[in-house]
Amino acid sequence: MSPNELSSYLTIGAILFALGLFTVLTRRNAISVLMGVELILNSANINYVAFSHFSSGNSAGQIYAIFVIMLAAAEAAVGLAIVLAIFKLFHTIDVEAAETMKD
Amino acid sequence: MSVSTAVFYLIALLTIVSAGMVAFSRNIIYSAFSLLGTFMGVAGLYIFLGADFVAAVQLLIYVGGILVLILFAVMLTHRITDVAITNRAAGRVPALIVIGVLVYFLINTVKSTPWIKAKEVVHAATTAKIGDAFLYDYLLPFELASLVLLAAMIGAVVLSRKEIKE
Repeated sequence: MSPNELSSYLTIGAILFALGLFTVLTRRNAISVLMGVELILNSANINYVAFSHFSSGNSAGQIYAIFVIMLAAAEAAVGLAIVLAIFKLFHTIDVEAAETMKD
Repeated sequence: MSVSTAVFYLIALLTIVSAGMVAFSRNIIYSAFSLLGTFMGVAGLYIFLGADFVAAVQLLIYVGGILVLILFAVMLTHRITDVAITNRAAGRVPALIVIGVLVYFLINTVKSTPWIKAKEVVHAATTAKIGDAFLYDYLLPFELASLVLLAAMIGAVVLSRKEIKE
């Protein structure tokens, strides 16, 4: 592990991805599931920027990272609006309570 | 061990420990605030990777936007007094086994693959290059991104407005 090796960044990205996946798999709270998705997106971004820095040498990876950050913002806005709508309807945001498609 | 290596270890530790707090904390407020540490740590990693503009965007959008949105959603959907029981988790042991196997294979792959090396690793300001790329090579995705953001904004307003019954 050193700041000048590609593999140390990829390792951090892998650990972050696993923790995000763990959050998505185990949480029953819809907001916590969204937090796990943010962790996964961050790990993907680390990989993009690390490959852009160490492997390709141009800035294409950074541009994809910016697109991912932009889409994460859109996803968070819409996702949290859906969570608030579920809360208004069911008075809970437990994902098991909202498993019916129609009431 | 030089100063920069020590700072790198600190930032990596901050990122992973806060991500662990997000995954394992029983209190959703702690989870939401630990996300702050993860986002700051990832911004620090971007600075180590010579991506100054991406680091700034990460701080502005993740910390300034998404984290505030998540905190708002937490405050709007929970009574703060009974917050201790609201961050329920289920099936932790099978999930731990799954991610243990996943991390093992991912790190093995990272260590054993001969990654392509760039000829030289440069540290230079990237903002001008990124601006040029957005206005020449990536113009169409850039414009589509603005459409997506508009659609997301309208969608969020439609989903969260109050229905007025006639």
